[in-house]
Amino acid sequence: MTMSGSARPEENSKTTPPKPRIAVLKLASCDGCQLAFLGLGDKLLELSGQAEIVHFAEAGPLGPLTGLDITFIEGSLSTREDHDMVLSVRKESRFLVTIGACATSGGIQALRNLASGPLLSSLYPSPEVIDFLDQSTPVASLVPVDLELWGCPVTGDQILLALRSLLFGALPPVQTDKVCLECKRRGIACVTVTKQIPCLGPVTLTGCGALCPSFDRGCYGCFGPAENPETSSLARSFSGLGLTPAEIARRFLFINSNAPAFREEGRRWQGGDPHE
Amino acid sequence: MTEESRGFLERERFRELFDRLLVRGYQTIAPVVRDGTIVYAEVSGPEDLPRGLRDLQTPGSYRLEAEESGRFFAWANGPQALKPLLFAPREILWETRRESDGALSFSSSSPSPRPLAVIGIRACDLSALALSDRHFGKGPFPDPGYALRRRDLFLVAVDCSHLADTCFCVSTGDGPEAQSGFDLALGELDSGFLVRSGSEKGRELLRELSLPPPESSMEEALKIQGDRARSSQTRRLPSRNLQNALASRPDHPHWNNLAARCLSCGNCTSVCPTCFCFSEREEPALDGCSSLHLREWDSCFTAGHSYIHPAPLRGETRFRYRQWLTHKLDYWHDQYGRSGCVGCGRCISWCPVGIDFTEDLPLLLGEADGH
Amino acid sequence: MDTNPHIPRAAIIRDRIQEAPTVFTLRLEPEGDTSVPFRFTPGQFNMVGVMGLGEVPLSIVSDPSDLDFFDHTVRIVGRVTGAMARMGPGDRVSIRGPFGNGWPMDATRGRDIVLVSGGLGCAPLVSVVNYVVRRREDFGALTVLHGVKNPRDLFWKERFSRLNGIGGTRVFLTSDTGGSGWEGAVGPVTNLIENISVTKKTTAKICGPEPMMIATVGKLLDQGLAEEDLWVSLERNMQCAAGFCGHCQLGEMFVCRSGPVFRYSEIKNRLGIRGL
Repeated sequence: MTMSGSARPEENSKTTPPKPRIAVLKLASCDGCQLAFLGLGDKLLELSGQAEIVHFAEAGPLGPLTGLDITFIEGSLSTREDHDMVLSVRKESRFLVTIGACATSGGIQALRNLASGPLLSSLYPSPEVIDFLDQSTPVASLVPVDLELWGCPVTGDQILLALRSLLFGALPPVQTDKVCLECKRRGIACVTVTKQIPCLGPVTLTGCGALCPSFDRGCYGCFGPAENPETSSLARSFSGLGLTPAEIARRFLFINSNAPAFREEGRRWQGGDPHE
Repeated sequence: MTEESRGFLERERFRELFDRLLVRGYQTIAPVVRDGTIVYAEVSGPEDLPRGLRDLQTPGSYRLEAEESGRFFAWANGPQALKPLLFAPREILWETRRESDGALSFSSSSPSPRPLAVIGIRACDLSALALSDRHFGKGPFPDPGYALRRRDLFLVAVDCSHLADTCFCVSTGDGPEAQSGFDLALGELDSGFLVRSGSEKGRELLRELSLPPPESSMEEALKIQGDRARSSQTRRLPSRNLQNALASRPDHPHWNNLAARCLSCGNCTSVCPTCFCFSEREEPALDGCSSLHLREWDSCFTAGHSYIHPAPLRGETRFRYRQWLTHKLDYWHDQYGRSGCVGCGRCISWCPVGIDFTEDLPLLLGEADGH
Repeated sequence: MDTNPHIPRAAIIRDRIQEAPTVFTLRLEPEGDTSVPFRFTPGQFNMVGVMGLGEVPLSIVSDPSDLDFFDHTVRIVGRVTGAMARMGPGDRVSIRGPFGNGWPMDATRGRDIVLVSGGLGCAPLVSVVNYVVRRREDFGALTVLHGVKNPRDLFWKERFSRLNGIGGTRVFLTSDTGGSGWEGAVGPVTNLIENISVTKKTTAKICGPEPMMIATVGKLLDQGLAEEDLWVSLERNMQCAAGFCGHCQLGEMFVCRSGPVFRYSEIKNRLGIRGL
């Protein structure tokens, strides 16, 4: 354990402890969450004064994945190699943090978990060269995860707050509020109430700063299900706003289709209105 | 109680009110149209106001449409009351710094607001303001941020002439006319405004405007307008005091019916002008040497609101809804001497699934207690 | 409330005692402006903060006549208490408080005191034990009934056994599970109530999980104790601790201001209701 696991000022220590070792890894994903890291700009430089970024392919360093204090993983488990890497890195990490929808719920690629029929042959001319697992799954389905940062992608602020807290040796507070609260705090008029736009905000975790409603669009649910998501009531109201059962199912079976609350509600509507 | 002065402000002279406030050093906030609704924002004159518009509000729906009279206030309300201006949705309470020797120091973050004049406050929101004053102003150490923002407010109220379908202020005793707590109040007619003062500050400003006295026909027209508004209001709360009426029914089966519809999203509490809950959190700087202590609007519909290790006391939606409504209509009597509901109807319009608690209340109370 | 609740002050850790694997006591000395001395009554609490992580409400367990320091006994349950556990002498925490009303020590002077506690619920009552033992002649008989789930949950074992017999003090311990080496009773703490005889001079102070307090109150009422002579200390979510933020509401009460100690007769209608 190389990190000062103490909330004390480092100055109290007689010798300067080695800097905490951080790794940023990637599984099946679009790299958007790593970009949120890179987008930190000056803050990333400031971070390098406090921690050693030993492995971050997108940014350059490709050091060994051993003796890690904080490991961030982007992407879902999609191949056998992904499994092996996650098992090994879990053993080497004090804190394992998933960043983004892919690593946390399986991501948009988990839509293939729901597909029936020959998906590969309908997409690729030579499907036999593609080797992946049956399902796209979150990292937590394989190993214990200390902290899950939702989002598609995560934001720089989310990463910074989590990092700072982990550098103190403590987990950050877990965000559980819904997008609606953030809309109201920001003074954004509800798009459902004013424009009858279907919005997943009432069941979705906040963290994006209510980005879509601030541009007159309904929430897409990028940050996954919030605590106590009343998906059934919301889905019924979507029906009242004129969405067909298939459209309602697609709202839930989208970026976080493999998150249980969204998956179950989406499936309920796949075959038609479950209340009829 | 200061003596009331009255005057008539022609529509064409409305700008003079804005000008006088500017001369007196106020930043003026008034209703403007934004994102399909009406919100408070900084304005420079009457041209910024939502003139010739009215609001159509029903449970879960808010729309604006054109209106003939060309009035400035032919609508009832938007999603915001005065709450965000005084009880900021997010604010820094203090900053902690850790020195190199490990010593901690704390500096409070006091807002230094410009004196604010707010034009267009409705009667319900004045009642809500009085309730918020009681909450945030209590004790030997009132809430510092609220108190600072509250200090230099100049409040220009407007009597409601066009009530929304969702309003029920008559039954709560809070509207449609502004009764107290304002500096000036406006009663709007097609030709202009009857202005009355409610404070010494208001009287002074009215004197500076040097308005002619209102004609008795105007007074009469305004009275008829108010009566018509009053009788047009169909939604209502039971007129009796509900103290202990809901608290004594924690196991009523209808709470489950409400919970089956409720999203537990907290929109109702956010738009409620008297809901005051907030949560606090730390935002440490990356260097680990300082940290901001923030507060944000919270809601009794969140898990964090009732969390004590290892789980929230109110994990289920039915408990959260019960807490909200019982507090609002019942416990509030013990806490602040009256119901916490001022009849603005915002929780009905801005509920994404259109829950109208005035419909559910009789069911919770038993039919005999209803309308 | 004498001190400004809206801004913390610093306190330095003078001593740290490990009471049990997950329980420790911090001895704190206020720093900075000492023109407003730190004064409290047993049963009051502080909001104790770790910079960058947050604050937690903690009962003050030391004696109010110790003017130079005060003690908090803490169980590790989350991020903040976990970080506090890693702190030691010389480290600083932030303090706001004291908050709440505390136990009615003056009003119960001269009476026989029965203390009933469960689990860590004994922390608010330890302050009463300390208070009464220091002022033995001011009070009648002192009886301590303390229950834990498992023998390993018991801390202050030595203190309890030292206390037993001093000035006629009687201590009864029980464990839900029992086990080898356990010398106390086996069963719920309510079983210990048969050890006391209620008189007109008896006052009971109770602290623990709500179901335990309700059961205890029931037994004591059966024994003839009047509702007015029963006091309970409640736990709620505390954030501002000054009656503004709304989290601690129990019915019409802000527990942080009108509690955490209540006369049973004042609070009985609000106890035992799920989700209140």
